[in-house]
Amino acid sequence: MQPRRKAALLAVGMALSLSACSIGNTADGDGKKPYIAIISKGFQQQFWQAVKEGAEQEAEKRGVEITFEGPATETEVEAQVDMLRNSLGRDPDAVGLAALDSRAVEPLLKDAKKDDVPVIAFDSGVDSDIPLTTAATDNKAAAAAAAKHMAKALDGKGKVGMVVHSQTSGSGIDRRDGFTDWMKKNAPGIELLPVQYGAGDQTASADITKSIIASNPDINGIYGSNEGSAMGVVQGVKESGKDDIVTVGFDSGQGQINAIEEGRMRGAITQDPGKIGAQVVSAALKAIKGKKLPEVINTGYYWYDRRNINEPQIQDVLYH
Amino acid sequence: MTAPAAAAPQQTDQDGIRTLVQGKVQQLLAFASLIAIVVFFSFASENFLTYSNITSVLFSTVVIGTLAVGATFVIVSGGIDLSVGTGMSLCAVMAGVFIVNMGLPIWLGVLCTLLFGGLVGLVNGLNVTFLRLPPFIATLAMMLVAEGLALVISGSSPIYFEGDSGYTDISTGSVIPGTDFPNAVLILAVAALIAGVVLNRTLLGRYTYSIGSNEDATGLSGIDVRKWKIIVYVICGVFIGLAGVLISARLGSAQPATGMGYELQAIAAVVIGGTSLSGGRGSVLGTVIGALIISVLNNGLQITSVPQEWQNVILGCVIVAAVYADQARKRTS
Repeated sequence: MQPRRKAALLAVGMALSLSACSIGNTADGDGKKPYIAIISKGFQQQFWQAVKEGAEQEAEKRGVEITFEGPATETEVEAQVDMLRNSLGRDPDAVGLAALDSRAVEPLLKDAKKDDVPVIAFDSGVDSDIPLTTAATDNKAAAAAAAKHMAKALDGKGKVGMVVHSQTSGSGIDRRDGFTDWMKKNAPGIELLPVQYGAGDQTASADITKSIIASNPDINGIYGSNEGSAMGVVQGVKESGKDDIVTVGFDSGQGQINAIEEGRMRGAITQDPGKIGAQVVSAALKAIKGKKLPEVINTGYYWYDRRNINEPQIQDVLYH
Repeated sequence: MTAPAAAAPQQTDQDGIRTLVQGKVQQLLAFASLIAIVVFFSFASENFLTYSNITSVLFSTVVIGTLAVGATFVIVSGGIDLSVGTGMSLCAVMAGVFIVNMGLPIWLGVLCTLLFGGLVGLVNGLNVTFLRLPPFIATLAMMLVAEGLALVISGSSPIYFEGDSGYTDISTGSVIPGTDFPNAVLILAVAALIAGVVLNRTLLGRYTYSIGSNEDATGLSGIDVRKWKIIVYVICGVFIGLAGVLISARLGSAQPATGMGYELQAIAAVVIGGTSLSGGRGSVLGTVIGALIISVLNNGLQITSVPQEWQNVILGCVIVAAVYADQARKRTS
């Protein structure tokens, strides 16, 4: 039932924002609600749905109209550029952007600057000085926290494998480097195996996990760098029957929550996607009013495991 | 290894015999490459030829293998099916709808999913025959429709089979007592066996080859080409449904956004296995070997710690080598 209800809510939300959009464009006189166009990296994944929800709630609270769109997969750079171009054509008062490729959007950002449309970056930094601020998780620090919990669970010694979702995206690189850097600096007893990449695909990551285990039968722990990778790691460990391998994940989602509750995953780092969405809207509002913004808005991260998963503060940031 | 291929039908006399011999040689070639790769990795890493790793390799072949076996029918008939990947996601979502949302018993939910897959194939078949769309276009369109519908129907979030532990047993359980040998592998084996028999020993199989070799001549000899083509796409669709069941049972959830890209891997498996993309030639056994070559390569390269960036490069080279060897032989014959 739950997915259906969500779908219905989404449909209503989309309809509302669509109608709002047309009102915003035609009847500027009495409404005068500011309009913020938000372009995300995707919309299918739970994470982006949660960002969207956060943005919509904040928008409702502050009396702002928003649109939220993103390409089908996080590799469709060109589709995202088109979306950004189209949304600039709707004369927004501000733009929120999680760029798939900073360079690809640079010319459009220059256009936005020329038209005095403030740009707020989110999720990952846009490699440009045009965005006024970036609302994002500090992925390196978050991955370091995952490493710390992994080292603690293994008493500082053992072999650890890594299944990462991308060798090119900012979040993939930061979550890999944050994890390895912390281990190298703080856990000399931990041997890190070569990083493997599974494109965030659950089945592919499960198969990779099983080959890591096959080639390192004495492995003690495996880290998965996003929802798909982490679920793949859990699945691979389960299928190989080596239940004593400690798994640490990233992000949230029902699958990981279940795995942690059932003890198949030690714990995971979750971001606060709702806060990312909300911060985009509130930062954009400040920018519209000409207020100063900090260079980076850190939206925070949380470690959750079996012990704290039911605390309200954690329940608030888990998305499923 | 030769049993199912041996009975390739008594088609138009000489043509049939040549097809038969070529098919056999290609299968031997593919099979020999598979053995060579397995031997190579066995020496390269002591962890390759272990029971648990071989089981992993077989398990990782299941989804692509199932899609590839289905696609073999379409490709032998001279068509192509690009909708197998996202169609699989859609079928996985439908399995979730039938079993989790509607609460159907598992066996009935699985049956409905297979039928739904057949429906996807039926639409492809109708578009190809009655609307006369080129198969590439018809199934490209279906690829997009299925991708979108999977997201719409699931509300863009995964459907979890938690609580129906019986469902995941379809893939991860084991009917062989005392072992953890995954059922999914056995299901693929049985499905491939049936597919092999159908393609090689039935009227349907004979017409499939015949349409693939020369559609006009087949039509002129009084065979209802449209009807048989539709059936071929429906069979492929049922395999799409089966793959949807197997992947969602393995993951314990129907993931609506995963299938894109699987179609190309499935087609690669078919091609490596010696099935001609221009139709008329190929076999289910070859396809299974092709799928195994892909998963053995992936697994072996990971185990021997070849950097992952290179794994796809090597896979691409294997495809070129396989198809080149096939065509070189075709020219000489």
